[in-house]
Amino acid sequence: MCLAVPGKIVDKQDMLATVDISGVTRKVSLMLLPEAQAGDFVLIHAGFAIQRLDEAEAKKTLELFKELEKYAELDA
Amino acid sequence: MQSLTPEEQRRTAGFFTTEISHRVKRPLRLMEVCGTHTVAIFKAGIRQLLPAGVELVSGPGCPVCVTPNEYLDTAIAYSRQPNVILTTFGDMLRVPGSSSSLLVEKAAGADIRIVYSPLESLDIARDYPDKQVIFLAVGFETTAPTAAATVLTAARADLKNFSVLSSHKLVPPALQALLDRPGVRVDGFLLPGHVSAVIGVEPYRFLQRNFGIPAVIAGFDPLDILQSVYMLVRQLEDGAAKLENQYSRIVPAAGNPAACKLLEQVYQPADTVWRGLGMIPSSGLVLRPGYSAFDSRSKLPVVVEPASEPKGCRCGEILQGSIKPTACPLFGRSCTPDHPVGSCMVSVEGTCAAWHKYGAGRWQL
Repeated sequence: MCLAVPGKIVDKQDMLATVDISGVTRKVSLMLLPEAQAGDFVLIHAGFAIQRLDEAEAKKTLELFKELEKYAELDA
Repeated sequence: MQSLTPEEQRRTAGFFTTEISHRVKRPLRLMEVCGTHTVAIFKAGIRQLLPAGVELVSGPGCPVCVTPNEYLDTAIAYSRQPNVILTTFGDMLRVPGSSSSLLVEKAAGADIRIVYSPLESLDIARDYPDKQVIFLAVGFETTAPTAAATVLTAARADLKNFSVLSSHKLVPPALQALLDRPGVRVDGFLLPGHVSAVIGVEPYRFLQRNFGIPAVIAGFDPLDILQSVYMLVRQLEDGAAKLENQYSRIVPAAGNPAACKLLEQVYQPADTVWRGLGMIPSSGLVLRPGYSAFDSRSKLPVVVEPASEPKGCRCGEILQGSIKPTACPLFGRSCTPDHPVGSCMVSVEGTCAAWHKYGAGRWQL
């Protein structure tokens, strides 16, 4: 039930955002994330943006995974 | 992660599983408390990747599964009223109450509508001013703010024919109640990422302080989950219980203050019953007195049949992680996803449903 999907805000009018979710456009409420701006990647749950994606943190996680794969023991 | 090639993902997963295998020195029981994690773990086959000594068990992390029959029976009683439109998330439709389900009532003519967002209920209320529109407000801290925002919007619009039947529940008090029970053994928690996106990190601090149990807030990609298991194993190896955040790209330490503030404005904590765990103090949310005009129970009295549980169903113990679904005498026999008896089988996020769907051929009756 706590499933949420990421999307990019392409337009913001007051507390209503137009969000691009994998090519599909939807209207999403910003009542729970009023500081979100056009261009932000946000997490959407039940028609509301609930959190912003921290791109620097996402990059760190990705870089860590890329780094670790170099140390993986390959199956013979 | 989409930005890694399949080969990179395979090798990163290989790193984690190898490290976990090397570091595990005793049998470990790690509990996830989020239905979305339950499904992700099964879907990615993570149980099969981990060494035999690491057991992943599901806790009370599926809101539909922990909703007691009394709530369903109340919703069903409302649906039978001629002037009522029920709005609900799709998950609730097939959940069996004591003697019926919303799907059965809908087939019999009740006006029950599935909504993607609770805000859609307000449009329906405007379109049908002569009907009472009741939204079934179920879910944890991720979902509760969306209901709170909807109630606030209805209050501002002075919408008099909208109300919520609230059964929102809070995760930290349930974890506390679980750990207070004798005989429950959990070596570490995978904490729910999207609940944490709202409440932040601090509400879980008691796990470390009061119980000395390692905990990691985890994301939902297979590599997120593997990394979180690795982090738990590292903590157990070091003998130092910490509260760590693997999902920092979505979960800031403070969570979402605006959502928490709105939740606080509209709702207040209350004792509530969880299926399988019973009454847990301050683990539910009820509307504050100032919003009682939007509380279905106080606004629209209804006669509800006495609640009864299905015979033989062991959802309660499954929700505590104390038995596996295969230990239930109904599992795979009279209780299947097509003909569910208990709530753990009816919800797509239920432990029994996940075992049945993804464990086909690997579990034995």
